[in-house]
Amino acid sequence: MSILKKIMTAVKGGAREIGEFIVDANGTRIFEQELNDAQVHLHRAKQDLTEVMAKQMQSARKMNALKSHIKDHEGFTIKALDQGDESLALEIAEKIAGSEMDLMEQEELHSSFSEHVSRLKGLVKKTERQIKEYERQLSVVKTTESVQKASEAITDNFSATNSKILSARDSLERIKMRQQRTYDRLAAAEELEAENSNVDLEARMKAAGMGEPETTGSTVLDRIKAAR
Amino acid sequence: MNIQDLALRLTDLQSFEGYQFDCQPIPGEVEVLQVTVGDFEELPSYISITDTQVLCVTYLFTEQEVRSDAVSSMMAAMLELNILMPLSAFAKIGTRYVIFGALSVNSGIEDICHELITLSENALEAITVLEEYLV
Repeated sequence: MSILKKIMTAVKGGAREIGEFIVDANGTRIFEQELNDAQVHLHRAKQDLTEVMAKQMQSARKMNALKSHIKDHEGFTIKALDQGDESLALEIAEKIAGSEMDLMEQEELHSSFSEHVSRLKGLVKKTERQIKEYERQLSVVKTTESVQKASEAITDNFSATNSKILSARDSLERIKMRQQRTYDRLAAAEELEAENSNVDLEARMKAAGMGEPETTGSTVLDRIKAAR
Repeated sequence: MNIQDLALRLTDLQSFEGYQFDCQPIPGEVEVLQVTVGDFEELPSYISITDTQVLCVTYLFTEQEVRSDAVSSMMAAMLELNILMPLSAFAKIGTRYVIFGALSVNSGIEDICHELITLSENALEAITVLEEYLV
């Protein structure tokens, strides 16, 4: 059964069963063991593969050497025949026959190595995929365990510190109020800043003889006199 | 990276993208770090680390907070919203609805900070959107 399916069954059974699943499936340990075995397997398969591939190369080299040996000696046979030395030609031909036997043997060996190599490569690929799958399943089990235990710790912590989890509505209201206060404060600060820079500007304008003229006793008296 | 490392590095950061992090380790069989991001005090995120991933979870509400006649339509809405929510997904742990983000264990501190901020913002937005299904 897939690991998610097992967890689903536990989830349907309620929180207690998830806890039990974690404990008695002993999931983590079993999966870790399987993962370990698969890794040992993979290592061995790769070692075998390297060895067989080396043998395959060796036999290919031997085949090539035999082939060129045969080719050379075929040339020698023709040369002996051209020289009319039939017995030498026969002797060389016998040597060729021996080499051809060796070549056939070597070819058989080579093809059996090739077969072995492709079988081992398949095994390595399969094991690698299996390891990936075990790792994925292990991660599911570990996450289930961690989430379950973390949420227990959080709940315990709440009761231990006597704090309670607020309802979503209350949280929402509080956070929005706090955010509003922050915005208000920022807005107030901005306003203040604007006012300050205004005051600053006026002062500088006045210093430069611009803006509203200052009201003094004499300007008031002048105004009243003018109006009379 | 383990929980202690993460707590130290988060605390060391003066601020990230304008937010500050407040860390509180929670004792237990599995190490959990409670992190509050800036103004999101009521919506803390909980971080736990496994061999393969860093899990950040924020609790939204409990089963009891959902109107009994609205459960299936709320779940349908959650599925619709799931893929649209950046970096987070809806889930359920026991009787609690949550949103969570999972990161690779090889994530850098900046990725985790970014995830935490996004998670808090998403949580607030998710509750705002799903409020109509709550009692």
